Amino acid sequence: MSTVRVPPVLRAAVGGVRELSVPGSTVSEVLEALYSAHPEVRSQLVSDDGELHRFVNIYVNDEDVRLQEWLDTPVGESDTLLILPAMAGGASAAR
Amino acid sequence: MAQTYQDLLAAARAEIPEVQVAELADRLGGDGAPPVLIDVREQSEWDEGHIPGAVHVPRGYLESRIAGVATPDQPIVLVCAGGFRSLLAGRNVREMGYEHVESLAGGFTRWKQSGHDYVVPQTLTPQQRARYSRHTLIPEVGEAGQLKLLGAKALLIGAGGLGSPAAYYLAAAGVGTIGLVDDDVVDASNLQRQIIHTTDRVGMLKAESAKIAIEALNPDVKVNVHATRINRDNVLDIIADYDVIVDGADNFPTRYLLADAALMTRTPLVHASILRFEGHASVFIPYEGPCYRCLFPEPPPPDLAPSCGEAGVLGVLCGVMGNIQANEAIKVILGIGDTLSGRLLVYDALGMSFTELKVRRDPNCPGCGPDAQLEFRDYDAWCAGVGRHPEAVHA
Repeated sequence: MSTVRVPPVLRAAVGGVRELSVPGSTVSEVLEALYSAHPEVRSQLVSDDGELHRFVNIYVNDEDVRLQEWLDTPVGESDTLLILPAMAGGASAAR
Repeated sequence: MAQTYQDLLAAARAEIPEVQVAELADRLGGDGAPPVLIDVREQSEWDEGHIPGAVHVPRGYLESRIAGVATPDQPIVLVCAGGFRSLLAGRNVREMGYEHVESLAGGFTRWKQSGHDYVVPQTLTPQQRARYSRHTLIPEVGEAGQLKLLGAKALLIGAGGLGSPAAYYLAAAGVGTIGLVDDDVVDASNLQRQIIHTTDRVGMLKAESAKIAIEALNPDVKVNVHATRINRDNVLDIIADYDVIVDGADNFPTRYLLADAALMTRTPLVHASILRFEGHASVFIPYEGPCYRCLFPEPPPPDLAPSCGEAGVLGVLCGVMGNIQANEAIKVILGIGDTLSGRLLVYDALGMSFTELKVRRDPNCPGCGPDAQLEFRDYDAWCAGVGRHPEAVHA
């Protein structure tokens, strides 16, 4: 089981936790296992044509999978898969 | 038998040749090797002006430091204010085996009166020496670094959650010019984290409120208020004068606009963003490291990118991330250390963990790649995307 780190915006879809243990030996297997356990995550990460949205960055440990083997990038037992959408927040609130 | 001052001077004059101002000027400007020019006056005299190219070794340290500035076979000219201390000092140096020592007749005073060039070194005032003493003690900063900070100009986008601590600490550090871009006014709900504002300034423009706080903290800092929303028509004018941009914006259109403008003007961009208990920080040095679009080619849709106003943010988190930005901005200004360029720092305040992710330059980056056609776009529309909700983009 690898560890999946969930960003704040997706935590509601996984029951509020920050980390999950998910089976799978590649990025795509881990994501599929995550989607079957928490179907709402799929609708937020995957477009209608089944592709992972471009605004979602996936890292295995500290490396971006876009620069590795994309969804086929291997994920080991002790690896951490991190889902990272950009965050906008900074200055202000009341607008 | 006791000697008088005049006796000492006469003895020195018999031993140490004197060089006239005009002759020294010729030798310094001529084709031959110039003599080593050592100014033996006190710090305060040196600070008021000295001959270009002179080295400063106060007379009290001359014997102990001369080996670091001249060799015994080199011609040396000693300079003081009127030509007497240099004459006396010449005897000591000669006694140490420096054979070719001369003294400038009339000293720096006559040099200046004769209309020759002199330089007034940029130095800290006594008040600044006291204020920044904990900086100048650090070898990587020192007086030269502090002068660099005082001469630097930092632009802060947003005087809010990130901008408050960043502006406060940059001001305390003596960054000489701080620009604040914010068109919003202070609201009571801001004060949980936007520590540069105060309860009695609710309703005031944030940039003006922050200016009051900065000026009260450090009168060395010049504050430029840009009480406007940054857009593609004004961004290049606003950022033109600044050495570094600290991005504490609260929305994607502004962040992508800034990322493009920073590339166009080759201005380093210090990034941070925050939500709930999580913070991101990085540094984007145009064309040297990755840019914001190498990291995030596209913004998420509004439902996956809630603002702090919608999703909340821990006040203290803003302090941590804003100060990381101030830290990185200072390193960028001073050119010291390793910045977060090429790395994204992810801070989880709830788990108290810092994670570093590698960020590499994307060879196909639409922002900084070799084929990039960099031009401003309609960022609101682009960030809203197809089927998204434009009105939700402005947090």
